[in-house]
Amino acid sequence: MSYFLTQVLNGLSFGLVLSLIAAGFAIVFTSTGVLNFAHGSVVLAGAYLVAVTQPTIGFWPAVLVGILGAALIGVLINALLVRNLADPNPGTAAILMLGVDILLLTELTRRIGNRVLPLGAPWGADVVRFGGISLPTGRVLAAVLAVVVFAGLWFMFSRTRVGIGMRAAAADGPTASLMGIRLSRTGATGWALAGVLAALAGIFLTSFPSPGVVPSVALSAFLAIPAWVLGGFDSVPGAVLGGLVIGLVTALTVGYERELHFLGAGFGEVVPYLVMIIVLLVRPQGLLGSKEAVRV
Amino acid sequence: MSDLSRRIAGLVLLGAALALPLALEDFWLQLGLFVMATMVGAVGLTLLVGVAGQLSLGHAAFAAIGAYVYVWATSEATPTLAGAGLPAVAGLVLAVAMAALIGLLFSPVASRLRGIYLGLATLGLVFVVRHLLLNLDDWTGGFTGRSVEPFTIAGFSFSNRDPDYLAVAGVEFEGLHRLWYLFLVLTLLACWLGANLRTSRTGRAWANVRDSETAAAAMGIAVARHKASAFVVSSGYAGLAGAMLALAYGRLAPDVFTLLVSVDFLVMIVIGGLGSIGGAMVGALFVTALPLVLTQYSDVLPFLAAPGSGGLDPATLSRMLYGLAIIAVLVFLRGGLAGAFRRLRGGNAPTAASGAPDDTGGTPPTPPTDPDHPVGAQPVSSKETAR
Repeated sequence: MSYFLTQVLNGLSFGLVLSLIAAGFAIVFTSTGVLNFAHGSVVLAGAYLVAVTQPTIGFWPAVLVGILGAALIGVLINALLVRNLADPNPGTAAILMLGVDILLLTELTRRIGNRVLPLGAPWGADVVRFGGISLPTGRVLAAVLAVVVFAGLWFMFSRTRVGIGMRAAAADGPTASLMGIRLSRTGATGWALAGVLAALAGIFLTSFPSPGVVPSVALSAFLAIPAWVLGGFDSVPGAVLGGLVIGLVTALTVGYERELHFLGAGFGEVVPYLVMIIVLLVRPQGLLGSKEAVRV
Repeated sequence: MSDLSRRIAGLVLLGAALALPLALEDFWLQLGLFVMATMVGAVGLTLLVGVAGQLSLGHAAFAAIGAYVYVWATSEATPTLAGAGLPAVAGLVLAVAMAALIGLLFSPVASRLRGIYLGLATLGLVFVVRHLLLNLDDWTGGFTGRSVEPFTIAGFSFSNRDPDYLAVAGVEFEGLHRLWYLFLVLTLLACWLGANLRTSRTGRAWANVRDSETAAAAMGIAVARHKASAFVVSSGYAGLAGAMLALAYGRLAPDVFTLLVSVDFLVMIVIGGLGSIGGAMVGALFVTALPLVLTQYSDVLPFLAAPGSGGLDPATLSRMLYGLAIIAVLVFLRGGLAGAFRRLRGGNAPTAASGAPDDTGGTPPTPPTDPDHPVGAQPVSSKETAR
């Protein structure tokens, strides 16, 4: 039983980290209509900035550098590239982001090389134990922080002028623009927010139980894509829910791999994508997404 | 370009493709094989993405299916690996048919989803197929993969054996030369079919669905069926490309068909210009040849460091050039290389032929606003198109 509970808690805490990334996808998508394939590189960039600056300035200032750096990368991508597309539409924007991802990831991979950069997080390899269950402290912190962040996002989107403006812009750009909401500003805010979330997720993805910052961290953003799609493309609560579902399903399939052996070795790696395909088949708009209005 | 000069240019290129292998070394021959194989895949993808407006990240999955089906069909069964021992041509046909069939099985998803949504769903396909390749060891050889039998027609082998020595007018034709001509025929066939398909009734219906599903439906086009058919055709092309890649590599492993291959295919058609057959071919040439050529000549190029030394190694440089090329084309070149070429040729003003099917490929896949509908009445499409 405690094995099962450990798996569940592990899954949920990892799922919340995925939710942070998935929410970034959703926010960029609603605020600028871009499918941000470079999000994984931004996650890696945030963690990389923390890892290279923390020996000189300490961990917490480094976290700040990582968060601001990732946000800045997002804003710059939007301002310099997305807004200057020769042929702006969701398809070319998605492919542009693939190009940005290749460029960023190649440069970061070259800088990191074969090293594993330690993140230097003060919680180190501590483990929290209660009632026969043990969880890495980093994971517990990640879960707590994610809950706080999502509460903050909820407050922002429902109570503040900026957040409501972003929702208005997402619901109907031209009208919102006529009402005096600057679409360039809401777009930049969205990209910056996504960068902040990406850096936070990057910090938790590279601290214990992970060894440190390695280029493959960028791939974990691909795991957040099923979470995002599952929840619905334009819904932040959906992204949270999707992250939790994917985290849970992955943890359980990996945890019970021996019992599920007939599905093949490494089934845990594909199960998020299987879940995504099945959900898209049954409910193309995702769990909490708004329904496509055009039906032909 | 007038019809005549277009034909002359085509003939010159064809002549070059026929004569080149006689002058080239093995490295370039091998390179040509990879380029031609990816050209076929890129043409298939440009029909789906450029003409029908559906993003797909699953092209590598279908290429993998084609490749493995071809290898399974043409290999003799051994105690550890299954094989059907069919003739090579049958294997090729089966590879295309099987990839198309899997595309058909996936088409309930493909016909319900639009644009980037489909792109995300097909992203999952790459991982699922990879999982199957790794785990169905009896068929695929698992992680280590399996080797590919040479292509043979009626006892004539496209390899260095059977006949051991083949020479025409004193020029020896080795395995790579023979494969080159085989690939040339397949590539030309695939491109010719693709070009015709694009201007056919079906191709025009695809373009109509791309531009506006509502308008297409009003014109009597079965939208779901055409989205599905574009997906099936593109899958079949990917299957052929996969089988050709299998022949070019001589050995298959799951790592040949990663998500990066899907991305590569997308990048080829974007650099070339979405919807343009010629553009897809040029894009395939660029994307496939760049890393191989840079690696081959890394010791000659002064600014390149040896791999692993921490400097700018050829693989890194080619990835960067590649990323930059994508960004530059999308930001500066409307319609990719094909669009730029068309503008160079015809000036900036739209020519009299701009309504002809030939030019539809270069026009933006989504019009900025849909004149038939006020923006407010169409929440989803306004969200996608208004920015």
